[in-house]
Formats: sequence, structure tokens, C-alpha cells
Amino acid sequence: MAQAAHTLDHPKPLGHGVKRHTGLMDWITTVDHKKIAILYLWAGGFFFGIGGIEALLIRWQLIKPMNNFLDAQTFNELITMHGTTMIFLGVMPVIFALMNAVIPLQIGARDVAFPFLNALGFWTFLFGGVLLNLSWVMGGAPDAGWTSYTPLSTSAYSGTHGVDFYTIGLQIAGLGTLIGGINFLATVITMRAPGMSFMRMPMFAWTTFITSAIILFAFPAITVGLVLLTFDRILGANFFEPGAGGSPVLWQHIFWIFGHPEVYILILPAFGIISEVIPTFARKRLFGYSSMVFATILIAFLGFMVWAHHMFTTGLGPVANALFAVSTMLIAVPTGIKIFNWLFTMWGGSVRFTTPNLFASGFIPTFTMGGVTGVMLASAPADFQFHDTYFVVAHFHYVIVGGLVMGLFAGLHYWWPKMFGRMLSETLGKWTFWTFITGFHLTFFVQHFLGLMGMQRRVFTYLPNQHFDTLNLVSTIGAGLMGVGTLIFLANIVITSRKPMDAANDPWEDGRTLEWSIPSPPPEYNFKQTPLVRGLDALWKEKVAGNKGMTPAEPIGPIHMPSATPLPFIMSVGIFIAGLGFMFSRDDFGGGFVSFLFNNYIVTGLGLLITFGAMLMRSLYDDHGWHIEPEELEGR
Amino acid sequence: MMRTWHSARRLLPLIAVFGTVLAGCGREDLSVLRPQGPAAESSLGLMKLAISIMIVVLLIVFSIAAYVMIRFRRKPGQNEIPEQIEGSFKLEVLWTVIPLILVIVLAVPTVRTVFALGDNHSGDKNAIKVKVTGHQYWWEFEYPDYGIKTAQDLIIPAGKNIAFELATKDVLHSFWVPSLSGKIDTNPTGATNRFSFSAPKEGVYRGKCAELCGPSHGFMEFKVKAVSNDEFKQWIKAQKAPAVLPEDPALAQTFKEQCLKCHAVGDQGLSVGPNLTGIGSRESVAGILLNDDTRQDGAPVEENLKTWLHDTQGVKPGNLMPDPKQDMGLTDDEIDRIADYLAGYKLN
Repeated sequence: MAQAAHTLDHPKPLGHGVKRHTGLMDWITTVDHKKIAILYLWAGGFFFGIGGIEALLIRWQLIKPMNNFLDAQTFNELITMHGTTMIFLGVMPVIFALMNAVIPLQIGARDVAFPFLNALGFWTFLFGGVLLNLSWVMGGAPDAGWTSYTPLSTSAYSGTHGVDFYTIGLQIAGLGTLIGGINFLATVITMRAPGMSFMRMPMFAWTTFITSAIILFAFPAITVGLVLLTFDRILGANFFEPGAGGSPVLWQHIFWIFGHPEVYILILPAFGIISEVIPTFARKRLFGYSSMVFATILIAFLGFMVWAHHMFTTGLGPVANALFAVSTMLIAVPTGIKIFNWLFTMWGGSVRFTTPNLFASGFIPTFTMGGVTGVMLASAPADFQFHDTYFVVAHFHYVIVGGLVMGLFAGLHYWWPKMFGRMLSETLGKWTFWTFITGFHLTFFVQHFLGLMGMQRRVFTYLPNQHFDTLNLVSTIGAGLMGVGTLIFLANIVITSRKPMDAANDPWEDGRTLEWSIPSPPPEYNFKQTPLVRGLDALWKEKVAGNKGMTPAEPIGPIHMPSATPLPFIMSVGIFIAGLGFMFSRDDFGGGFVSFLFNNYIVTGLGLLITFGAMLMRSLYDDHGWHIEPEELEGR
Repeated sequence: MMRTWHSARRLLPLIAVFGTVLAGCGREDLSVLRPQGPAAESSLGLMKLAISIMIVVLLIVFSIAAYVMIRFRRKPGQNEIPEQIEGSFKLEVLWTVIPLILVIVLAVPTVRTVFALGDNHSGDKNAIKVKVTGHQYWWEFEYPDYGIKTAQDLIIPAGKNIAFELATKDVLHSFWVPSLSGKIDTNPTGATNRFSFSAPKEGVYRGKCAELCGPSHGFMEFKVKAVSNDEFKQWIKAQKAPAVLPEDPALAQTFKEQCLKCHAVGDQGLSVGPNLTGIGSRESVAGILLNDDTRQDGAPVEENLKTWLHDTQGVKPGNLMPDPKQDMGLTDDEIDRIADYLAGYKLN
């Protein structure tokens, strides 16, 4: 793997009593944000691949009417897992990968505020994701849609353990997200370099900060919802059981009170990435920086007030529908501000179309198309028609794929040299861009019309003679092209990993922010001396002043580092075992020892014991970390 | 002024083309873009307003994007540093205020239409009351004022307001007839929904379930048949007439003992499963096998009934009807004769 050389790059310090791990143990025990970023990237990329294969299977089934490539049950499992995997296990971890790789560097910090928690967040996400995907081989995947509406998702109508894997897998993975969110809030608030006031922070740091705040408020809602649904399914509670006084509509509220802010958790980081890439390659500072900050905060705020626009057809009545329609439309205003600010950043600039900037430039019109259909959907009486049709499918893929995924591609190509010390091939990058964006529009543009012509979403097949056939064929061809684009990107990664690690500190030459002032990849302590920040675009400011690099804010001295530890990994293994044990606690294993273990919650208890034991160890055993001495820094 | 009008006139053919394309989009009995009733028309009206505003927005964004990307591209050898502009208060106010105005332009008719469509005619004496019940995977229609129930085909008098009351017996479904109206969910009782639409023109309209409800969600289709007032009255009468049972007493006995344990015909049987009264004159079998003697869209009704009764799980995976052969012990011959009997059970 490309990053193996990363550790070799830094000679082992001698005589400090620090246990250095190598190979697999290094990855399991690391608390270094740069390595955790790489872990997030590989794990997120892996799940992204699974979600992508699921998408291709779905599209292959829909290529022609009354196709029998997949049966109905498998199809429902695939759509459920495609949505769940892509959102929770695909794009969110890749967002966290970029946040981890970039944020400490951008704010001039040596790590995140809580390195131990950072590792714990990654491992709970990974084990949650693995648990969820184990459902494929352990009796059937969840089949009630990624929204898991009750009563379809209750044990009465979804008899397999599928939805249990969904509730418990997401619960564990969600723990990781919540931990990550809290960590980045604390990091941005407390770890900024001297001189970096909030209004001098790079836009990506701002959007990470706001995203983390949304996570902090939105994830508790889904946590509660998942606990209630778990209790309904496994312990026979009746929160959502209409026959026993529960309410299925309650689940919809809980889900969307989380679910809509989640959309902004996904898109705000992409806004941040675009706001970094465009100024760099236009050689011009971000137009209207303060209105960008203001718009980000406003979007996050309004994002919590619009959840019921997912429920216009639930029957909430005209007053609720009117209010939520208007509040939803208002989000168009701050979003519009952002679009025009990006365009006017390029205006008068000197724009270079590298791969990252191609993705960023493709992002603007594509995301705008997703945005305008969003406003159309906000109009409740029109939504009575749009809702649950392919129009909605087209809309949210324009926002999430055309917006977020394009943003992630821009960010990955942009920061790849910083993360791995190697430039991705520009030629292959451009091929990735053109195949991906062409495939994307082919796949999803026609779906607007499918929806308007009466094709509802989540149907495993459709009757002929409804004018659906050609458009579905086009859509499937487009999906294939997106697959090709992704494969070219993978090929690019493999080819690049065989090249020498020779990226310069500032490989794009026009870097504006702090991460471009240090080597690529950075040493494990990031900054030999914490930099002094003298304005927005700190590095650019020094360049313009004719300085070679940043002015240090401190003399060279010993650098305190956190110790590597396997505890986060062990804690997550414990939760994983406890989750599996709880899920199967009511199963009949034909009596005998296995039944005894599961039915008496012994497996669950064992898992929790491992987790709490590891927590106890962490609490009782004081680890003060270690220091890198100045002579080692100089010797480098 | 003149010049604006001229350039606008140049756009007219474009708008006309756009209009024809939209009108050509989809079947008349299915497409949102070809509304056949006032409710669907008001939804489409809002859509047209929204899409017009949005196309203007898109044109502006695309033009500026194309302009900056071409005009400000870095040429070979170009190395000067562009002026670092912080922003522009005037411009930023401009692109805050204009979207705000556009939002208001869309919000006002939206709110007005929300309340207009909120009129569910539940207290309207002239409206026809229909109770819709969603089942995995079929639709039950009850006419409380006439004391009748039917399934899969919703018969309504053209031009009259229909006052719907919707609920589900199991999971959530969503009742959607795109060419007549937007959709509304069927919730469990306690969260019963009411809404209303009308079909001014006689005809058959396609309806679908729009909320994921299990494996056969995509096959939970139904038809709305708008007929003249007289035909409607006649249909009510025929529906209330005493049941017609198979002529062969042995077959009639099997039919009663097996089928009527769940189904009903006329005044006999139970309404656990779909009511079968007059099933021979319906538009489809099981909602998904379209009856069409010309074989363009489907097959003749007796053939569809046989397809269905011989392989219910194959036609509609996950449906709850016991298999006539495996579970009820009917012979192939009995199944075929029941199919023939049902195909002949017509209401006109």
C-alpha cells in the first residue's frame, strides 16, 4: 500500500521508551490524524465500492420492463443497503478522511483535540459498517428502505434479522460519527494556531466546524430513534406499533429530524472543499468570505427547520405543509449566495483547469440543478406529485452525487499529494472527470422525466407500454459509465502508488492555506514550529510578502505526542460482539450451549465487558504520551 | 421595450417546442404532465411556475459559469497575480435579494394552493364518499353511503367530487393517480387521511402505490374508472345484486368453502381479501395483469385469471393469498373452471 512508506519516512527516535509499532499493528494502534484519515479513506472507499456495485445491480434490473434478473425481495434489500451504505459508510467516512487529513494542518495544529477518541470513532464506524454488511451472509439484508419506515420495518412485516442489522449496525457506526463530530468541534475551537481567529479560518475548516455542530445536534435524534426501533423489534416494545398505541408517523418525524440535517452534514463539507479548490486554481481569494461563513451558518440553522418537507404526503395538514414549504424554499437564498460567490471568485482570476478544479467547476452547474429541483420539491402541492417518484431520486442524486461526490473527487485529487506525497496522474484524472460527469447526467437527468411520467421509486420492475423503457435504458447506460469513471480513478491510485514519493510542499504552486507550507506528506508532528497566522489565506499572505514560508510563533522545542494504543480497537470489537449478541438474543438455536449463551445475554455481556474493561484500563492507567526532542527535529 | 418583446418573441417557438415535448411526455392516463383533473392541474400549474423560475436561474448561472470559465482561463505563459478582491457589498446584496424575491413569487401561490387542496369535501353532501384501505398488495374501496365494497377498480362518476378517507390495514401505502391528483399516504387508523379529487372526463386512469410496502410494492397498481352518472348508478345496483355462484353445484361448493373464506361476491363471503363481485368486467386481475382482448397491453381476462390462480407468488411475490393448489388442495381443472366462472362474472 502506498502509505506503508509513510512510516519508513520517519526514522525511529532512540531512547525515549516509546513503543513503535509496524505493519498492521501500526494501523490498529495509531492515533495520528493523518493515518486515521487514510484508514477512513480505505474503509469508506471499500464501502463506497460495495454501494456502487449495489447501484449497478439495481440499474441492471431496471434496464428493461418486467426484467427478472433480480427477485423482488433481493431488489428491496439492494435499494436499502445501497442508500444506507452510501450515506453512512461510503461518503461520510470519506468526508471524515478529508477532515482528518486536512483540518489540523489547515488550522496549524499538531493533531486533533482528542487523538484517542479519533481512533475510537474510526473503529466504531468500521465495526458498525462491517456488522451491517454481514447481514448479506447472515440471513438477509434489511429490506425496508434506508428510511426504514414503520410498520414495514417492524418484526411483524420484516421477519428476518435484516432490520436488526440496520438498527444496531447504524447505532455503532453512528457512535463513531458523533465522536468524530465532537472531536472536530473541540479541535477547531481550541487548536487553532496563534493569530488564526475564526474569521481567518479557511472555508473548509469553517464548514467542518459547522458540520460537526450539526452532527452534535442531529445524531442524537437518530440514536434515540434506532434505540426505540431496536426495542420494538427485539424486546417487544410498542413505540411504533399502531395496534398498541404507538405511532408510525412518530418514526418519520424522528428519522427526518435527523435525516434532513444529515443532508447538510453531507453537502457542507463539499461546499468547503469547493471553496478551497476554486480560489487556489483561480489564484484569487474567495469572493465574499464573510457572506460565505454567514451562509454556511444560516444553512445549518434552517436545515433543522425543514424536516417535514419529507412528509408532505403523510397528511400533516395544510398549516404544517405551508410552513415547511416556505422554510424549505428559504434555504435557496444562502445556497444561491454561495454559488454566485464561487462564480465571482473565478471572475477576474487566472483559472487553471487541473483535475480538482475540473471537478469543482463541474460541481457548480450540476449542484445548481440539484438545488433548483429542491426548491421545486419544496412547493408542497407540486410535491404531492413529485414525492416518492423518480423525480425525487433524480433530485437527491444531483445533490449527493453531483454535489457531494464531485466535491469529494475534487478534494481527493487536490489533497492527494498532501496525504500520500504523490501527485495523481492528471491525464487519468481528467478521464475520470469526463466519464463520471457524462455518466452521471445520463443516469440521473432522465430520471426527472421518469418520475413526472408516473414511475414511482423503489419498484423492482415495471410494466411495458408506459413510456418508461427508453429512459430506463439510458439511465442504466449512464450508470455503467459512472462505474467506468470510478474504475479509472482506482487505476490512477494504483499507478500513482508505484511512483516515487516526490510531491513538493506546495505541489499545485498556488496553495493559499497552511497545509501547503509543510512537507507532503507531513511529518507526524505536522509543524516543527507552530506557525504565526497573519490573515486569511495565511500562506498566500506570506508568499505575497516575499517570505519563503510561515513565520514561526514559537522556538523549536520538544513536541508532545500522544501514545499509540490498541484500546480503541478493542473497545469497538467489544461493542461489535455485544451488538451481535443482543440481536440474536431471542433466537432459538435449537437449545444447547449456543442458545444458552445468546438467550441469557451472555454474549452481549461479554462484549460489553470487553468494552468497559478497555475503558477502565484507559481510566486507571495514565498515559502521558511522549516527546520528540529538538535534536531529532533538526536531524531530519 | 420593443427590443425585449422581439427577443421574447424569438423565444416563442422554443416555448412551443418545450410545451409539445412536455405534452408528449408519458401516457395520458398516467403522466403528471398530462393532467386530467383540477387537482393534478393545480399541481402542474405550480410545477410550471417553479420550472420557469428555475430555468431562468439556471440560464443565469450557466451563462456566468461558461463566461468565467472561458474568459478567465489561464493562458500559457500567463503568470501575473490577479487582483485579490474581498467581495462586493452591492453584488452580494443583489444575489441575496433577487433569490428572496423569486422565493416569494413561488411561496405565495404555493401557500394558496396548499390550502385550496386542503379542502377534502368531507362535509360536502354532493360528494361521493369513498373509504380507501391499503393492503399488501391490493386496494379496497368502500362506498359507505351505498354499503358496497370493491377492489382494484375504483368506479367514480365523472365530474363529481370524491371525498376520500384513507387508511391501511398493514404497512404504509400511498394512494396515487398521477393524471388526476397528487398522492396521499394511507396510515394506520388513528392517523386516517382525507382528501379529494375529481375526474371531469370519463375514462380509465392508472393508479399506483407510491410508498415502499414490501416486495410487490411495484405491482400494487389499481385503476380509476370515471363513468357517467347513470352508469355509476347502474354499477351500484349491479354491485348490490345477489351473488352469482358457479352453475355446477360441486364447483359452487368448492368455491364457497375455499374462496369465500376470505373473498366476497355480492352478499356472500368475507372481506378479508379483495371483493370479487363482477371481477370479469374489471380492468385487471390482481392489479397488475391487464385485461385486454386485443392483447396489446395484456391478455383476455380468463387467461389472466388462470395465470394468477396457477402461480400467485410468481405474479405478485410476497402476496398473502394462499396458493389454490398447494394450500387449498384445488385441482388444476377446478382452478381453470373457477377462473372461467370468475371471468364470466360481469356487471354489465
